[in-house]
Amino acid sequence: MTMQAASTEIASRTAAIIDEMKGLEGPLLPILHSIQEEFGYVPKDALPVIADGLNLSRAEVHGVASFYHDFRAKPAGRHVLKLCQAEACQSMGSDAVAAKVKQLLGIDFHETARDGSVTLEPVYCLGLCACSPSAMLDGEVIGRLDDEKIEEIVAEVRS
Amino acid sequence: MIPRIYIPADSGALALGAEKVARAIEKELKERGVEAKIVRNGSRGAYFLEPMVEVATDRGRVAYGPVKPSDVKSLFDSGFLTGGHHKRWLGAPDKIPFLAKQTRLTFARCGINDPLSLDAYKSLGGLRGLQNAVAMAPADVVKQVTESGLRGRGGAGFPTGIKWKTVLDTAGAQKYIVCNADEGDSATFADRMIMEGDPFVLIEGMAIAGIATGATKGFVYIRSEYPHAVATMNKAVAIARKAGVLGLNVLGSPNAFDMEIRVGAGAYVCGEETSLLNSLEGKRGVVRAKPPLPAIQGLFGKPTVINNVISLASVPIIMDKGATFYKDFGMGRSRGTIPIQIAGNVRNGGLFETAFGLTLGEIVDEIGGGTASGRPVKAVQVGGPLGAYFPRALFDTPFDYEEFAKRDGLIGHAGITVFDDTADMLKQARFAMEFCAVESCGKCTPCRIGSTRGVEVLDKVAAGIEAEKNLALVTDLCNTMKFGSLCALGGFTPYPVMSSITHFPEDFKPAPARVAAE
Repeated sequence: MTMQAASTEIASRTAAIIDEMKGLEGPLLPILHSIQEEFGYVPKDALPVIADGLNLSRAEVHGVASFYHDFRAKPAGRHVLKLCQAEACQSMGSDAVAAKVKQLLGIDFHETARDGSVTLEPVYCLGLCACSPSAMLDGEVIGRLDDEKIEEIVAEVRS
Repeated sequence: MIPRIYIPADSGALALGAEKVARAIEKELKERGVEAKIVRNGSRGAYFLEPMVEVATDRGRVAYGPVKPSDVKSLFDSGFLTGGHHKRWLGAPDKIPFLAKQTRLTFARCGINDPLSLDAYKSLGGLRGLQNAVAMAPADVVKQVTESGLRGRGGAGFPTGIKWKTVLDTAGAQKYIVCNADEGDSATFADRMIMEGDPFVLIEGMAIAGIATGATKGFVYIRSEYPHAVATMNKAVAIARKAGVLGLNVLGSPNAFDMEIRVGAGAYVCGEETSLLNSLEGKRGVVRAKPPLPAIQGLFGKPTVINNVISLASVPIIMDKGATFYKDFGMGRSRGTIPIQIAGNVRNGGLFETAFGLTLGEIVDEIGGGTASGRPVKAVQVGGPLGAYFPRALFDTPFDYEEFAKRDGLIGHAGITVFDDTADMLKQARFAMEFCAVESCGKCTPCRIGSTRGVEVLDKVAAGIEAEKNLALVTDLCNTMKFGSLCALGGFTPYPVMSSITHFPEDFKPAPARVAAE
């Protein structure tokens, strides 16, 4: 996924996704999700193809894709680690957890490690508020983070 | 009889290691050559006991928890398949005090069985409400929901039946039911639990709403942070469609209703109903001005019921047991039950469904058991990031929409975050403003710019720069945001900020004085 596809290939794969989904009511978000699943991010070259396929302006498509936190403009690392920073996790020390993870990985929020191993992101609530502090690693949920679990996570993303 | 072992697959249980426990149990069964059926149920919501493993015995279910993978061998040695004693033994799950003290109406089935077994759903009273509804005139269904006193559980507390009546009375070739499952508030997980633990109750509630209002299509808008809920709901919809619960003839009646699951994309503001509708339409999640009400011009400009997950999931029991049954629970104008979510720095965290009326103190101290850290409780935030921080002095406030409003708070989606005495309320107030700045949709000025100015001014207070003058400025700013914002994001951000300033003034004193005071 870290290899960026060529623009012609992006266009053809995007067109196939649009064909499959444009019959939905309000298809733009499902299409953007599918594109992100396909490429690991929403490539700039996909936007005019979507605009064309849905009869929207490029500005409208760009406006939607950039409004939502989920849609990436560039590929993420091999792993994506999200740390919950919302109130319930704050009450259980999520600040200290974030500081420790940032230090161990050598990156800040919204950054990808130089070796492409991991992207670190804050998230505002995973609905695990009775199991704080919590995190999500590649879609898997982790609760009651402590030093041991943090070290396990760091070891996993580094391997 | 082959023993049955229940291991939750709810996200909360998974986050605490339920998958590893399941694998350890499978391995142990294999090694010992014992035959048993493993059922992956939802969670009953006692998260301090998760992963809670249950075994069906001749004398009923026996629970064990919290189970670690390293406990598995000794559980087998203790004969847990027949309910044997062990240090993790909890006895019958419905006798566990945290669960026994609840009044479970909406969550009656949650966590008991495989959430995707429609037969199990029916065996515990599922689909009876829908069966009653298909045999009634739409106006009578709406009347029953109105009479039950059910109010929007998303936070606004608007009477559900009145919303439905507006949609029923509005002519339209196409009407929609939209379920708001964008549960972004910290401390809340009731929607997630029901979607993962009893998805058919939400489907049933939406089908009833469709029949009551003449809507034939439904959407559930689930936040992307809930991948397990999305997966379970998608599977449940396919099962319901195959079984004729959804489709052209709902339960064999002439009523058509079908639904789709849609996934959000990480925007908190999309939990606001009009921005959710814009998002579903494929637009930026920007708030719409009201009027027109969504009930008149909602999704794609069509009459639309938009309700929270818990509101819709509470409808089946109302249609099954009647409006009076439901209305008899609760106090004042807050009728029925409310799933309170006890979270944060608390010993017994989890979901506690009960009739309205318990005091905040009873919830935090008695049910929640105080803080997890063992330190004194300093503040509790009720109602998510836009809810007020209450000090101990307000612990006599009964859990009721109006009682909380009287004390400049709100119950919101009924999440409670407990903080111990290490909490810095100035930091919490600043976070509220910062969060609003990050998540603002940008449509209205008080929210978009006010939140950023709020962060700056609170930073000055923290730095001890003209603290008094700057606090007066924050107060004035909060007033502008409260009355000038289009939606609850900008309009309610003042609640956590002002409650922190009002109830915890010592945390806002200039830095040197704060150090000297300690």
